[in-house]
Amino acid sequence: MNIYLTYFAIGIGLFAFSALFALFGVYAERKVAAFIQDRLGPTETGKFGLLQTLADGLKLIQKELIIPAAADKILFMMAPAIIFIAVYMGFAAMPWAPGVVPTSLNLGLYYIFAIVAIETLGILMAGWGSNNKYSILGAMRSVAQIISYEIPAGFALVSVVMIAQSLNMQTIAMQQGVLSTEGVKFLGFWNVSKIGGIFAWNIFRAPHLIIAFVIYFIASLAESNRAPFDIPEAESELVAGFHTEYTGWRFAFVFFAEYSMMFLVSMISVVLFLGAWNTPLPNIGSVHLATWTTGIAWGIIWVLLKSLLLVGAQMWIRWTLPRLRVDQLMNLCWKVLTPLAFLCMLISGIWRVFLM
Amino acid sequence: MSDNKVINGFTTAWKGLTLTLSHLFASSAKRKVISASDNNYFKQLEGTNTIQYPHQSLPVPEVGRYQLDVEIDDCIVCDLCAKICPVDCITIESIKATELIGNTSDGSPKRLYAAKFDIDMAKCMYCGLCTIVCPTECIVMTNQYDKTVFELKDLNYEFSDMTPEDTAEKRALLEKQQAEKQAAKLAAIQKKEAGE
Repeated sequence: MNIYLTYFAIGIGLFAFSALFALFGVYAERKVAAFIQDRLGPTETGKFGLLQTLADGLKLIQKELIIPAAADKILFMMAPAIIFIAVYMGFAAMPWAPGVVPTSLNLGLYYIFAIVAIETLGILMAGWGSNNKYSILGAMRSVAQIISYEIPAGFALVSVVMIAQSLNMQTIAMQQGVLSTEGVKFLGFWNVSKIGGIFAWNIFRAPHLIIAFVIYFIASLAESNRAPFDIPEAESELVAGFHTEYTGWRFAFVFFAEYSMMFLVSMISVVLFLGAWNTPLPNIGSVHLATWTTGIAWGIIWVLLKSLLLVGAQMWIRWTLPRLRVDQLMNLCWKVLTPLAFLCMLISGIWRVFLM
Repeated sequence: MSDNKVINGFTTAWKGLTLTLSHLFASSAKRKVISASDNNYFKQLEGTNTIQYPHQSLPVPEVGRYQLDVEIDDCIVCDLCAKICPVDCITIESIKATELIGNTSDGSPKRLYAAKFDIDMAKCMYCGLCTIVCPTECIVMTNQYDKTVFELKDLNYEFSDMTPEDTAEKRALLEKQQAEKQAAKLAAIQKKEAGE
């Protein structure tokens, strides 16, 4: 009985976290956008406008749920739930600190990749079910884009997995710091198992993993439908893309999913490349900074900080770079990122066999 | 060629990113509320640009031309402003006085009562022609610009200070005087006819 209670508590906790993150993610996004454009952003609701998104959420809950007469009602109603649940389930296998992981799957990364891909299905259902030309255009673009970008993203991740020799997120996290049981080498020549810190992170384990990280970061922007790859939502062309027809809390859920997705892809980058819950501070001689700043509380702090930093970078990029055209988007994916990702995977194999 | 393109893409993207980052961190500087006539007005390039209007407002020149205002004591009800108005937003109803009412502050004699002097600011196009033709300079544009109202009819400004009783009284007086004049005229004509 108790074990089920724990399951529920973890589920509710993760839901509360993603809801809270969505609320303050939207607020942060609006503030960052405003400051970059020399505006002020929300200032009126609460101190510095902090309660603005809460008020927006309350408003959305009270709104009427409109189902277009020509819509496919079942698809239309199920889509937001599927979109959100797909992203939310992805959090199940994410490690937060040493020993703190909702489910320690040995196929963790594979599971996350598979379950997040179901979001595409929800998007297609939303677009098709709305029976609206903008929605279906947005959904088609979104599906084409997500499926295309899953290839470079997947191969960038595979190149890490080949170095780490595990799909378990917690094992991959463990390898990147002072708690590692096998030796960690900085760029393949300097043993840093006792030093830890930033030098033990996967991104520095082999030089090509830096490129893999950049590939994954770019692909993750595309997978979460964010600028400069936001053609599925392209406000200036498609109203709002696949969620044009949604109102009330259904719309809120689509938004929730988008922001949870931002955090999830950032967290995947952090776990696979940026040392997961490991501290960036190294042990220097008798000053054991890395050992002191490793622990459950520290782990959660580090993972949150690093993920939020990446989320910040996503926002920064969104408000800087213009949107890519469809052909540019596909060119970048198939002609640049995919070959580079394959190359990274190849180097990973060679690296593993000959240099480790 | 294609290498150059990739490098160019990255360097230009980085240029843009540093630009937006510098704006992000410059946002702690708030815009100073200074008049447009200030020498530094166009030199405020750092920080956010928003003026939080109800809390702050830009100083406007005293000679600003925003809302129309009428000093009704100085008005001689000549109707020139209503005639020149291109959008007919001024409605004036006058009642002839039975005697000289008084003088305006610049000494012009007032011989008409303004029973109605309405300016519909919803129609006004702020050309200021009425202020130019006014012989006594009683209609002016003020520097008040925030005149938001909840009802459209509240934008119809009524400047006449006469109550309906006043106007009725003045009308009665005028009618009485005209009747008397008419009677006097009739009497004179009759007298003339009788005299012949």
